[in-house]
Amino acid sequence: MYDTKYHRASSLDEAAKIFASADDGAFLSGGQTLLPTMKQRLAAPSDLVDLTHIDGLSGVSVDGDTVKIGGLTTHYEVNQDNALSKACPALARMAGWIGDPQVRHRGTIGGSLANNDPAADYPAAMLALNATIHTNKREIAADDFFTGMFETALEEGEIVTAVSFKSVDKCGYEKFRNPASRYAMAGVFAAKAKDGSVRIGVTGAGDDGVFRWTEAEEALASNWSADALDSCDVDSSGLMSDIHASAAYRANLVKVMTKRAVSSAD
Amino acid sequence: MAKVSLTVNGKNVEKDVEDRTLLVQFLREDVNLTGAHIGCDTSQCGACVVHVDGKAVKSCTMLAAQASGCEVTTIEGLSGGGDLHPVQAAFREHHGLQCGFCTPGMIMAATDIIKRHGTKLDEATVRAELEGNICRCTGYHNIVKAILDAASKMDGAAKVAAE
Repeated sequence: MYDTKYHRASSLDEAAKIFASADDGAFLSGGQTLLPTMKQRLAAPSDLVDLTHIDGLSGVSVDGDTVKIGGLTTHYEVNQDNALSKACPALARMAGWIGDPQVRHRGTIGGSLANNDPAADYPAAMLALNATIHTNKREIAADDFFTGMFETALEEGEIVTAVSFKSVDKCGYEKFRNPASRYAMAGVFAAKAKDGSVRIGVTGAGDDGVFRWTEAEEALASNWSADALDSCDVDSSGLMSDIHASAAYRANLVKVMTKRAVSSAD
Repeated sequence: MAKVSLTVNGKNVEKDVEDRTLLVQFLREDVNLTGAHIGCDTSQCGACVVHVDGKAVKSCTMLAAQASGCEVTTIEGLSGGGDLHPVQAAFREHHGLQCGFCTPGMIMAATDIIKRHGTKLDEATVRAELEGNICRCTGYHNIVKAILDAASKMDGAAKVAAE
């Protein structure tokens, strides 16, 4: 790891101020992606601004139909939250499939969303749940937030403070893991809203990161069952192709994972 | 330089270290506790697992400066001195190791697994929970056996203590 300067911020304003005065700063949350990347010398921020000691950015609240999760909430906390397990069980389950237990104790939902890894789980859920990403400056719809591989709508110095969404009628998440890295080769979050509309978020497969599979959304809106997908096919252009799986293989995986997500939805 | 002040195995430790110092380097090189091992450079192997404020974490994926103010427990402090911790004893009894390199991380992960799951622990759960700990010798069989045995013994001991 190249040399860096560690700062511990006690408020969002202080974090923004330290970031602004740094040459090439980075915000540090759970650090489960950033620190390994720095160890490999693939990232070398001059300054790290630790956000984890800022009050009020952690925890899950369920208020009627509205679910809100603080940006500093760890994957472990999301997985274990009782209210969330009732309001959106698939999201709680999904958090328990990220990384390993030690990573889930440190990694946070805000960090995962800001990083927007093309194989991360949370982005698919946020798209499917039509979530709003809250920052220290504004609110951004999930549809506008994920702009490409490792790219988001976040501006320099902008911090994810929370996410919120309306609870849905049913949702499910299934992923096919790469046997070595355990990251999703295709992960699908399927959500049926209370008005009957359907949103499908797909991770691990797209060349530009997470995306919605609109053809499946239409088919499932008129018939919420795995069978409804028999006549749908994923266009493999724009899907990732690598040593692990071709684009055509991933296209099939997306369809199979969508069927499974619909079947397991609760 | 960062001033790091934390508790390691119940003792206060205060040192000035480079900001980029990883917690595992700090423990090994500045506190001279070499039980937590560095087995990979990619946060995958789990040989470095310690407990920070009661939760198992990979000490290679946390800066010492981030741990300032925290309570850290390493394999050296697990038993509290004297007898082996029940998980350590179970690893010995069931031969849950061959070369031993992964063992400190395995045992620190195992105690965390038992703490979180208690009596509900079964073989499938143990295997799933060991996702972040790699052993290249044993095939995990005796590790899983040791953890299940320790969990049942610790549950029995807790029941006796409660009576």
